[in-house]
Amino acid sequence: MFKTFIVTLLTYLTLTISVSSNASPVETFAFKDDVTKVRFQTLTKELRCPKCQNQDLADSNSPIAADLRKQIYAQLTQGRSDQEIVDYMVARYGEFVLYRPRVTSLTYVLWFGPILALLLGAVIVVLILRSRNNKKEEPALTSTEQDKVSALLNKKAK
Amino acid sequence: MNKAIRFIPLVLIVLLGIVLYRGLSLDPRAMPSALVGKPMPDFKLTTLLDENKVVTKADLKGNIVLLNVWATWCPTCRYEHPYLLDIAKNKDIMLYGVNYKDDKVLAKKWLSTLGNPYNITLFDDEGKLGLDLGVYGAPETFVVDHNGIIRKRFAGAIDRNVWISEFMPLITEILTEQKQGK
Repeated sequence: MFKTFIVTLLTYLTLTISVSSNASPVETFAFKDDVTKVRFQTLTKELRCPKCQNQDLADSNSPIAADLRKQIYAQLTQGRSDQEIVDYMVARYGEFVLYRPRVTSLTYVLWFGPILALLLGAVIVVLILRSRNNKKEEPALTSTEQDKVSALLNKKAK
Repeated sequence: MNKAIRFIPLVLIVLLGIVLYRGLSLDPRAMPSALVGKPMPDFKLTTLLDENKVVTKADLKGNIVLLNVWATWCPTCRYEHPYLLDIAKNKDIMLYGVNYKDDKVLAKKWLSTLGNPYNITLFDDEGKLGLDLGVYGAPETFVVDHNGIIRKRFAGAIDRNVWISEFMPLITEILTEQKQGK
């Protein structure tokens, strides 16, 4: 029962994935070389579409994303550097368009929060383990009590 | 010590709850514009109604300008249009339209049938000014002060409530600044 459920779920997932990849935008750009092509692909994946916020520029069908792709293509052809293109977009649409936010005082929590949480978790685990170990080390009976117990046990055995 | 540890999950859940609860009331589409506080970008565009008339950034100076980005393909623009006609009666501000990536014939027809609230309508068929303003849809409205500095960007339809709560305080503020000669 459970197995069939998993299989159905996986089938659906693969289906949706293939459907969404088919729905990619269909403009064609001619690149002068492979490096430019890779740069274009990287840039359009690193920049977010301002209209449809959970899609990157490469993936979005919205008119503004198409405009921005054309803009990136034009600037690449003009020989602008990746950094210049990213700066151009940030100047117009804000830090928001970056999928990898820059390290600024505003984004410290974003960048270092997970590491802090991990460290905190590690500290808590260590503390818990230690308190458990301490318990084990404490003998259940003092030596005099132990003597009494063995004496009693010995009596019974006799 | 042991007891304190037991409460850690509870504390974490409560903190997470507070963060997520706050997230519910945030509008992810309300983005701060990268351009607020910066000068209006340079542009050189012809007007919609007169192809021979060229308008540049210099023409805006000295006035408080409300720059409204609109298009005939945008249903929300039609919704806000009647209120723009109302705003046009306000003599403190110059209402500029930016006809964004639109069809000239349809746009002219829109203005002649629905009424023309704009002092001047710029024809931005390639979306060049739109791109420099960081426009990602229509309608969007910018407030540019008398020194040519962008003071506000608003994405979405303007109606009476929005105008009173979002725009009026800023316009009054700029008017006082203007009177003080800033």
